[in-house]
Amino acid sequence: MSEISLTDDARHMRHGSNIGQPMTRREGVLKVTGTATFAADNHPPGMLYAVLAVSTIARGRVVSLDEATARAHPGVVEVITPANRPPLAMDPDAKTNPFMFRLDLLQNDRVRYPGQPIAVVVAETLEAATEGAALLAPRYEEEPARTGLDGAEIFVPPAVGPGHPPEAKTGDVEAGLQAAVRRVEAVYETPAQYHNAMEPHGVVASWDGDRLSLDMPTQALAMAQGRIAGLFGVSPENVHIRSPYLGGGFGSKGFPSGPQVLGILAAKMTGRPVKLVLRREQMFGPVGHRAPTRQRIRIGLSEDGGMTALANHTRTASSTFDDFFEPAADVAHTLYASPAIATSYEAVRLDTGTPLFMRAPGEASGSIALESAIDEAAEAAGMDPLAFRLRNYAEVEPISNKPFSSKALRTCYEEGAARFGWAGRPLEPRSMRDEAGLLTGWGMGTATFPALMFQGKARATIRRDGSGLMETGAHDMGQGAWTALAQIAADALGLGIDEVEFRSGTSDLPDAGIAGGSGHTATAGMALHAAGTNVLAKLAELATADERSPLFAAGNVGTIARAGRLVRRDDESRGERFADILSRAGLDRIEADGGAAMDPAAQEAYAMHAHGAVFAEVKVDPDFGQVRVTRLVGAFAAGRVINPRMVRSQLLGGMIWGVSFALHEHAVVDKRSGRVMNADLAEYHVPVNADVPSLEAILVHEDDPHVNALGIKGVGEIGITGTGGAIANAIRHATGKRVRRFPIGLADLLD
Amino acid sequence: MNRFEYVRPGTLAEAVAAAAAPGAAFLAGGTNLLDLMKGGIARPDRLVDLTHLPGLDAVERLPDGSTRIGALVRNADLAHDPDFAARYPAIAEALLSGASGQLRNAATAAGNVLQRTRCRYFYDTASACNKREPGSGCDALGGENRAHAVLGWSEHCIATHPSDFCVPLAALGAVVELEGPAGRREVPLAEFHHLPGSTPERETARGPGEMIVALRLPPEAARFAAHSRYLKVRERISYAFAVVSAAAALTLADDGRIGEARLALGGVALKPWRSTEAEAALAGQAPDRAAFERAAEIALADARPSGDNAYKIPLARRIVVRALQLAAAGTPERLPALPASPFAPAPGGVLHV
Repeated sequence: MSEISLTDDARHMRHGSNIGQPMTRREGVLKVTGTATFAADNHPPGMLYAVLAVSTIARGRVVSLDEATARAHPGVVEVITPANRPPLAMDPDAKTNPFMFRLDLLQNDRVRYPGQPIAVVVAETLEAATEGAALLAPRYEEEPARTGLDGAEIFVPPAVGPGHPPEAKTGDVEAGLQAAVRRVEAVYETPAQYHNAMEPHGVVASWDGDRLSLDMPTQALAMAQGRIAGLFGVSPENVHIRSPYLGGGFGSKGFPSGPQVLGILAAKMTGRPVKLVLRREQMFGPVGHRAPTRQRIRIGLSEDGGMTALANHTRTASSTFDDFFEPAADVAHTLYASPAIATSYEAVRLDTGTPLFMRAPGEASGSIALESAIDEAAEAAGMDPLAFRLRNYAEVEPISNKPFSSKALRTCYEEGAARFGWAGRPLEPRSMRDEAGLLTGWGMGTATFPALMFQGKARATIRRDGSGLMETGAHDMGQGAWTALAQIAADALGLGIDEVEFRSGTSDLPDAGIAGGSGHTATAGMALHAAGTNVLAKLAELATADERSPLFAAGNVGTIARAGRLVRRDDESRGERFADILSRAGLDRIEADGGAAMDPAAQEAYAMHAHGAVFAEVKVDPDFGQVRVTRLVGAFAAGRVINPRMVRSQLLGGMIWGVSFALHEHAVVDKRSGRVMNADLAEYHVPVNADVPSLEAILVHEDDPHVNALGIKGVGEIGITGTGGAIANAIRHATGKRVRRFPIGLADLLD
Repeated sequence: MNRFEYVRPGTLAEAVAAAAAPGAAFLAGGTNLLDLMKGGIARPDRLVDLTHLPGLDAVERLPDGSTRIGALVRNADLAHDPDFAARYPAIAEALLSGASGQLRNAATAAGNVLQRTRCRYFYDTASACNKREPGSGCDALGGENRAHAVLGWSEHCIATHPSDFCVPLAALGAVVELEGPAGRREVPLAEFHHLPGSTPERETARGPGEMIVALRLPPEAARFAAHSRYLKVRERISYAFAVVSAAAALTLADDGRIGEARLALGGVALKPWRSTEAEAALAGQAPDRAAFERAAEIALADARPSGDNAYKIPLARRIVVRALQLAAAGTPERLPALPASPFAPAPGGVLHV
């Protein structure tokens, strides 16, 4: 049984019924009143606090820790170091599949990045544990840090992103460039960015024999359960995880992080419940980051502005001990028509934590570079950037030649441009000023993200009173899963949303798959849809086989669920209530499972992507170079919209991250020590409200019969793409300066 | 965080006595000190909590026309005091351009003056920092120092003082009132913060056990009310420390010429940087661009980069010019919605052509 269910009556928040309705968040009141229980809000009786000691060097060995002083500190209960750490059932450096990332669990005295956990101090209070960790005063044998994209040995990575080939091509790029009348060649650099969800990674762990109970934010309950079970040598069913709410995930909570596992280990070692929550600066190491990239983009153009070749060669970085390579170049595969496209990669290994999936991994860093290059190409061709994009519009996916399952990008361009007022934009850079004399510029970018789905399961129950119970172990990380999935769940049973109990967010429920790749609504939603279909089929079987039912013998005609009734497809006035069917059959409830997965045939036949167009206005102070994004308009087509309020919110959030990518976010790494010098939210800048005064997301209607039966594509990541490039291009248009290293700062724009 | 003693004195005398012990630190708003303690940068043995002392939270107008700001007056309260904001608009503007609403509600006047540098190497306890650990060296030199000082720095320290509030205070000749074991004394704010020299750990003129009880603006500071501005350029529109800022205040004579000028810069040195030479050069001049550019040249004459921050020098000159232009154009009737920002609506129309 789930321990978490939302019992608030949803009726007052309804604006209509279920799918397509802009319902407010079902957990919204809990969140704004501070009563939603996030992982770190749990305090089981007898709980201890664990605090990490982390390395300050990038590479080397811990040669001593002052364990005695730490242990002597009042309140300290245990100090865990490589010397006394209990054995694990699995080597943290083992990797049995590409989606298993190596963890730092005090397996030895090696240091392989700054911020790596080197000890855990467990105490009766957070303060005692914190001071205990400080008293360890580690001494190191230090080796030189490897930082930056230059200097380390270069190699071709075996795969990029989630197993994509490091080289891909269609046509002959060199021939295309040769034949071109104009060529654009430019190098773009994106910085390392570190995951900083509002909620830092944490865990509250309690062991009872070999049973483990966890409050822990995760984007993938079942995978986390399996990973933790493997490390501790217990069976996955023995690991119970509650993750009703995440204070943001963005990819960093897709896999249990090392620190969370150390919290579980501390609970095992002390025999008491333990809470471990990362401090903000500890986010800059062991929980994943977006690796820096250097992208060399080459574009060939024909006389009329058609592309003859498009190539992106990307250098990126992984850690010294594991593989994740930001697939930045790959966005060139799908966006613009070109007879020749080539992408390739090289990489270096740096003394950092392992990079990881970070909202639109590859697409975000790739998009800002590609959209800048497209803008440069449009300028070289003397064309309006929108006209240039339409000239090179991809009618089929360029890299594969497959038709798109749907692509309403033209409408996105039209609606976005109209709303923004793009028409009449002067081609000449630095030709617009506002009434105060601020340089004004307009830029645009195309947004894109693949429409993915994973495997997921759900369970549907119709209870004797005719109400529904829908269950799936899905994840609400702020995107609105509690609401959108409940809408799908209710529709799957033909019931109103307040007649269906929706349970989610715990590991004892059917596996809803990972909340990642913008595929969660499609995956969990399709599983719920299938479970609902299956339970209704069972119910129909009962009714149509029972001569006392008005639906008797309607099996051939078929039945359909409407407002708690099963009715004949050919005559909706003939039917009966769910409750009556169950009651006559003497059943308390009827239940069925449902599953979701990609359709391989559709996958083979179609390219599946969401699209969008983002238009930006920036103002730049001509003397100071300070930039403000004064307007952002995005128009997005992403299949069926389950809840326009949640979707708009997702898109706006993505667009704000695009602002961050273009103007703010970057890890300032000291080249000598390898340490991130701005590891706090005062100095690791992301946009504040004043940075995003006017934001608008237009939802463009799009029907997609191929992606899945519900037509859902996903909107979690697409907003960040397109936006960064639109801003960079607007800055070029405002100032005449093309800045190719991100984020763009005021010093880049000083004359 | 280390274990420390917490004392809550009821009188000024008790506070000063309690702070006389080595390792004692005053706690007021705590917006800087508590972060420093959590990060292990400050490890006081005793916290002397001043927030319950009576009589330190008033803004008083004295008979001679000066204004006394109690040490515990909150930043937000001071900025929103209508009488104060009308007399010293550049100070109100500076206060409202700093930090966030939540921080301004907590931070105090004296705490703002005493806040520590935001140099990343000062905060990173694994780095060498002469200010944090005298004699250990300065890792900011040769490090990530785009935000660092261009004036008054030494090879021992290239940090800056981060305050916005202190910049117009320095320009307007504010005085720091101190109470200590040896009684009461006063130090001009412009002399209160020390340049690093070879002793960057000696940050201010405050002696052991001394506490700031008030900041006082002399009578003449109110003469600039009609032509006072603060301008702050930063890497995002709000909630960021200044890359460079400037406070400019003018009196204009009947013939339109500048009577008296006041000018100070923020974000360029380990103290709010008042340039009396530039002020002197402006006196008697017509308030035009040429005069302002000359003033900017003078104010930055000794500037030199301490690392990857050469851009701050021309930027600072331009900010001086603009701040003086804004001041000459007149204090706006109401503070702009984006205080001190270049994106605030410009009074009098186009400023940059």
